[in-house]
Parts: sequence; structure tokens; C-alpha cells
Amino acid sequence: MRKVPALILLAVLLAFPLVVRDHYYQHLMILVLMWVVIGSGWNIIAGYTGQVSFGDAAFFGTGAYTAGLFASKLGISPWWGMVFGGVTAMAVAFPFGWITFRLRGAYFALATLALNEVMRHVATIWESLTDGMVGILIIQTFVSKVPYYYIALGLAVVSVLSIQIIMGSRWGYYFLSIREDQDAAESLGVDTHYYKMVSLNVAAFLTGMAGALFMNYMGFIDPEVVFSLHDISIMAILVGIVGGVGTIYGPVVGAFVMVAVHEFFRTGFFGFFKGLAAITGSDAINVFARYVSQAHVLGFGILVVLVILLLPNGIVGDWNKIVSKLSPFKK
Amino acid sequence: MEVFLQTLVSGILKGGLYSLIGIGMTLIMGVMGIINLAHGQLMMVAMYVTFVCFQYLGIDPYISLLVSMPALFFLGMAIQKFTLNPLMEVESILPENQVLMTVGIGMVLTEIARFIFTSDYKSVNTKYSNATFFIGEISFSVALTIAFFIAILFTVLMFWFLVKTDLGRSIRATAQDKDAALLMGINSKRITTMTFGIGSALVAAAGTLLMPIYYLFPDIGGPFTRKAFVITILGGLGSTVGAIFGGITLGLAEAFGATYIGMAFDDLVGLLIFILVLLFLPGGFKRLTKI
Repeated sequence: MRKVPALILLAVLLAFPLVVRDHYYQHLMILVLMWVVIGSGWNIIAGYTGQVSFGDAAFFGTGAYTAGLFASKLGISPWWGMVFGGVTAMAVAFPFGWITFRLRGAYFALATLALNEVMRHVATIWESLTDGMVGILIIQTFVSKVPYYYIALGLAVVSVLSIQIIMGSRWGYYFLSIREDQDAAESLGVDTHYYKMVSLNVAAFLTGMAGALFMNYMGFIDPEVVFSLHDISIMAILVGIVGGVGTIYGPVVGAFVMVAVHEFFRTGFFGFFKGLAAITGSDAINVFARYVSQAHVLGFGILVVLVILLLPNGIVGDWNKIVSKLSPFKK
Repeated sequence: MEVFLQTLVSGILKGGLYSLIGIGMTLIMGVMGIINLAHGQLMMVAMYVTFVCFQYLGIDPYISLLVSMPALFFLGMAIQKFTLNPLMEVESILPENQVLMTVGIGMVLTEIARFIFTSDYKSVNTKYSNATFFIGEISFSVALTIAFFIAILFTVLMFWFLVKTDLGRSIRATAQDKDAALLMGINSKRITTMTFGIGSALVAAAGTLLMPIYYLFPDIGGPFTRKAFVITILGGLGSTVGAIFGGITLGLAEAFGATYIGMAFDDLVGLLIFILVLLFLPGGFKRLTKI
């Protein structure tokens, strides 16, 4: 019976582009689905295995650049990047994890942050390969957004399902044991270094595929976009945390909420104030509307602070708490 | 040879300022056990304080240390008291919530600065901003040299404070063992609040000292946060002596990287050293000095 809500959600998502024809909302939903993939990747290494990564953009960017370089240098379809983007992201994750999983806690988090920066610098400096800050421009395959939507949906479903399968398997229990107490896990014979590697590589593969999708969909990347600490790495963490750390559907909820909130602030409450100013003809509201959309990152930042303060385990993780707070019949 | 010496001098001078940034970070890291990813952003706020003092009130940047340091001290205390301390009591799966919180705070500070001052580049142009003096063939920037010596002064004061005063001892005790310190009657909440304030004041000093020779825009915090954590890892988490070594090492590495490899590589050199230290000396320089 627990599968029923998931199936209903899937049916709604499948029907979405047939019902909503507006390109803007289709675009937003593609972003949401892409963030579901990245958030799931982050969730498996950070949420389930407890190794918090601040450098998801390193894998995301590697995937995106793989797809982009396939098209610009080799002249083959960037869609091959969907497979090989994940593989190259794993090629980055493998040596990195091999070295840094000897580190714990804050040290590991800092190492991922450094990886993020190193990859960005490499992509910027290695101009003969990546064209540096000029970026890579490819011709998108489809004009309509619908094919991208279904590809993103497929990727999101695959990533959620694979997380579910992994977490139901022996691997999943090993991951959880590492998160709860690494020394105890080690003493029970869990090869913690190996399983942390497995977890990181699964995460890198998913994130790299999302990066390749981003390249295909957007048609343009440069190092500041795909290796961005704030826009990719931190956003990935927020998707994970807002939705619920260590829950299967956390990244789904988190991706939806974060993309919606991001757009909400960016467009000045979906043009609410601008509309209000147009109706009332008041200059003051117009000026205010301009300020609101200028300060959209500020609103976003404040929201981050509030979410961490009030919902430390995310919407899915703290669901019972939210329900009991909102419910009119207190026990 | 002259190029080498010149690079050495500028690296060490820059390293002095980096040490000051690193000490603030390492204090917070030692006591709280978290990385403060808003460190560079706090520095950015201090730089704007200096800018406002100079531009609108005509106060010399060195005198405005008296404004920017207390201001950031109270800002840091407020951040710790109202946003980070409440998080310590919350049960959550990941202990990294506090780190994320500092990221959020960093974003808020940057955006407030952008809101007020826009993204334009600002600078403080004093008489000594471009002045230099020569010893032999080597040129010294006046502002950077003054900054270096003030940074040394603050570092020495900080040492005296940590070793000799009651509050300093409490801070060190909390850093070593929070529970034991609590049992000895140290109010650890008050200590963490004070520490965050002191760390912010130190980075404010670095920002103000940098202002005469640097430019300023809201996003300047990010690169300095990265430098701060590289310094802290180089020195070993929570080690004050280590932070000084880490700062000087980073300053030298950046200077030599820029001279002998290329300007584009100066950030990368720091990060490479960071990864090498993680690999071969995971405790940082602290492991070598035992302090």
C-alpha cells in the first residue's frame, strides 16, 4: 500500500507536460527533476553514509563537461554524455575518495570543498581543452521542452528507485552503520573505506548524469555555472536538508520546494508586487517590487537560515512534527 | 635572485595578514568544532565598515580598526548567540547543520552588502596606498608592511590573551574538552559566543588592514573563506601557532605560484598544497610543533 502515493505522483508527473503547455512551468519542472537526481546523489553519500559533501558541483561539472566536450571536440552526440558523464564523474570520485576517506568529519567536508574549487580552476585554466571562461556552446537536439522533460523524469525515477533498492540491500545497512558509528561498524567487520567508496561513486555517477542532462538541456556551460559552489554544491545540500536527510523521498520534496522558492524570490513573488503596482499605480510599490527582485538571493539566504533553525531534519524527516504543529486537535 | 627575494618578501607580508584571518578561523574551529564558512563574508563586512568610515566620515583606515573590530565583535556574538547556539540543542542526523548555517549567514551578509552598496568595485585611496620604500633592490609596499606589523601585534596579543587571562584559559579548555570544561564550571555557551566574537574581530582587523591596498565588492568574501580554511587545515584544526605557519605558507605559495607559474594559478597552488597536506600530514603543521 505504501507504493500508492508514489504511483500517483508518477502518474501526475507523466501527465504534467500534456496538461501544462506553458514553457516556463515545463522548464521549472525539468529543473526540479534534475535536482531530484542531484539531491538523491547527495543524500546517499551525506544523508545515508554520513559523509557530508560540499563539492557536488565537481561531479556535476565533470558530467556536464564530458557531454559538452563530446559534442564540441569529438563531434558525437552529447547524449552519449548521459552515460559517460556519470563514468567520468566516477573517475574523479574514485581517486578522490580513495585518498580522502581516511579523513573524517570536518576534514572530509573541507576536502570536498577543495575538490570543487580545484575542478573549477582546472576547467578555467585548461583552455586548450575546455575553452576556459568562454564556455561550451552546443546546439540543442530538441526545440520542444517535452522530450527533455521525459528524459529528466526517467533519470529522476531511476535515481530514486536505485536509492530505494540500494538502501533495501546489504549495502544500505552498511552505509547506515557507517553513519551511526564508524568505529563500531569497522569492529563488526564492515570494510568502511570500501563502502564509503561505493557510496561516493554511486553519488558521483548520479550527479554526473544530471550534469550531462544539464549540458544537453541548457546548451551552454562555463566553469562558473557548473562548478559553482553556491548554485550547485550548496543548492544540492539544501535540497537534501530541506527535503529530509536520509529519506528516500526527501530529495523529491526538497527539489520541488527549493526550485519553487528560488523562482518565487527571483521573480518577486511571481510578479505579485509588480501586478499590485500596476493595479494601484503606486510608485512606492513599484520601487518596492524592484527591490524585492533585486534582493532575491537575500530572501533565499534568510530562508536557508530559517529552515535549518526550524526544520533540522527536513520536511519529510520532521513531517510528524509539522503535522502535530498544524493540526487543530492537539493531543 | 632579486625576483626571488622580492617574491619572498611579498609572500611573507601577505602571509602575515593571512595568519590573522587564519587565527580567527582556527579559534572558532577549535572551540565550536565547526568550520565557519562565513569567515570571509565577515571580513567583507569589516571592509565595508572601513570603506564607509573613510568615504563618509573621513576616518583613516588604521584608526577605523577601532570601529570595525568592535562592530564585528558584536556581530559575531549575535550570530553565535541567535543562530548557532540554538542549533546545538536540536537533534538532527547530521552534525553539519551548523556549517550549513554559516553558509546561509554568509549568503545573507553578501546580499545585504550588495543591496546597500551594489556590486560596484570600491576602494579606499589613501596617501600611502601606492607608496613604497626600498631596502637594497627590494621594494616594500608601505601599507602592506604596516599591515604586517599590526597583524604581528594582534597575534602576539592574542597569544598573551589565550595563555595568561582567565577567559583565554576557558577558551582553551573548551577547545580541548567541552564536557570536562563544563564540569569545571565554565559556561560553554558564553565561551562559544565570546570566541565567535573574537574570531570575527580578528578577521575584521585583517579586512581593515587590507583595505588601503585592495579593492572591495560584495562577493569578495568567498575567496577569503577558502583561503581561511586552507590556512586552518595547513596549520591543523584549532592550533593558533599552526595558523601563523599556515598563513605564511599560503602567502609564500601564492606569491611564488604567481611569479613562477602564472597569475591564473595562484589560487590553485594554495589548493594543491591543501590537498598535499591532507595526504601527507593530515594533522597539519600542528603535528610538527605539538603546540
